[in-house]
Amino acid sequence: MAKYLLLKHYRGAPAAVNDVPMDQWTPEEISAHMQYMNDFAARLEKTGEYVDSQALAPEGAWVRYDGEGRPPVTDGPFAETKDLIAGWMVIDVDSYERAVELAGELSAAPGAGGKPIHEWLEVRPFYGTAPTITE
Amino acid sequence: MDEALLRSLTPGVLALLVRRGADFAAAEDAVQEALVEALRVWPADPPRDAKGWLVTVAWRKFLDQARADAARRRREDLVIQGPAPGPTPSSDDTLRLYFLCAHPSLTSSSATALTLRAVGGLTTRQIARAYLVPEATMAQRISRAKRTLAGVRFDRPGDVGTVLRVLYLVFNEGYSGDVDLAAEAIRLTRQLAAAIDHPEVAGLLALMLLHHARRAARTGPDGSLVPLAEQDRGRWDTELIAEGVAILQAALARDRLGEFQAQAAIAALHADAPRAEETDWVQIVEWYDELVRLTDSPVVRLNRAVAVGEADGPRAGLAALAALDAALPRHTAVAAYLHERDGDLAAAARLYAEAAQQAPSLTERRHLTRQAARLNARLRR
Repeated sequence: MAKYLLLKHYRGAPAAVNDVPMDQWTPEEISAHMQYMNDFAARLEKTGEYVDSQALAPEGAWVRYDGEGRPPVTDGPFAETKDLIAGWMVIDVDSYERAVELAGELSAAPGAGGKPIHEWLEVRPFYGTAPTITE
Repeated sequence: MDEALLRSLTPGVLALLVRRGADFAAAEDAVQEALVEALRVWPADPPRDAKGWLVTVAWRKFLDQARADAARRRREDLVIQGPAPGPTPSSDDTLRLYFLCAHPSLTSSSATALTLRAVGGLTTRQIARAYLVPEATMAQRISRAKRTLAGVRFDRPGDVGTVLRVLYLVFNEGYSGDVDLAAEAIRLTRQLAAAIDHPEVAGLLALMLLHHARRAARTGPDGSLVPLAEQDRGRWDTELIAEGVAILQAALARDRLGEFQAQAAIAALHADAPRAEETDWVQIVEWYDELVRLTDSPVVRLNRAVAVGEADGPRAGLAALAALDAALPRHTAVAAYLHERDGDLAAAARLYAEAAQQAPSLTERRHLTRQAARLNARLRR
């Protein structure tokens, strides 16, 4: 088994095919989208591939140490142009192909007009553990 | 096995160990071990005297640990004397436990965790699950809290306000996983109300019951937020409402008003309206005026602006809102709502979308986005 992070972006990803902001959908389309997402997570729990998912608020800042006795420097809220992560799902699957397949399904969530969003999701492998048996 | 019974016995058992001379941190560990053992053993072999069993096992665990510590540190002279039959723990003991676990030297996250464990009898694992943190993290939080309390004397009550704030926080955390924190907060507040006669304790209990009564109606089938005005009032729990109102009335009759009683009064007025349109907004504004006087909180002023918008019309609400800091959380959402009531759908849709960006929770974000979508769909027609 290998763990993968499926990352969803507020900004910074290539534009989706059906790229309409959610507040321009109909309320029924929003409900259909939520239902799809809930069903997707529930299905992964059943197959034993779900690990975790979290959503992030759009605000935030860059922070760094600024030397002894000084408060940290902050730069933010983020400028409009920056890459901005909206949330993630961690899955534990048998293969890279399976991770890609699941990301594809997640990206097919319905959006405006009830049509798939075709949203770009980032799929990142976790580092595995070093094997015990090496020869 | 009746887990609720088991947990209701916890504070008494803990207080008894402390009375027998155990320090709080060691006694709390021992009671926790006894609880875990009870959860393991009781289903197959339930004791006749549940409390007696817990006291015996917890005391033995405490002695084992004390002896091990003593041996390790070569301080035989400190070996604990056998259990002297101490006085029966009274409600005062329970009360002191509440004060200790909510001690002002603790952070609110530590105080809530310790209260749930020492007074509530939840296991560390259950508390960790409820707050969605690893068990090891919660265990550390609890042991740090106990170290902080090491020098605090366990003999005099503190400020009941600190205890109420902790219980309020637990209640507001709501429901996640296998532990229902809202129900647990109600149980602990009931227990507190039985131990101390204080109108604000009653006020908080009433407030919790009145909000808990609406729980089933508060969430849609897809997990979405259903606002008060749109809730199916037939799904409100009338028994809880009746109990909350009775407790509140008895508290108010004592003429020592506090913020929890005032908040409960507002919740009671909502509960009293068979339909949203029949809500007595004029009285609700009066209670918000009391709350502003009691707390001077900007959040209360924001909620008051909504009530003014209902009582005196959206323009009056917007005027009340204009006097407040626009950076307040949910300020934009309130502005959106009042603009919609005022008939300015385009402004309302824009503000709802903006409020969604600032929402403090995903549920609220989705709710506000849906509001914007609803208005945008109407505007397109």
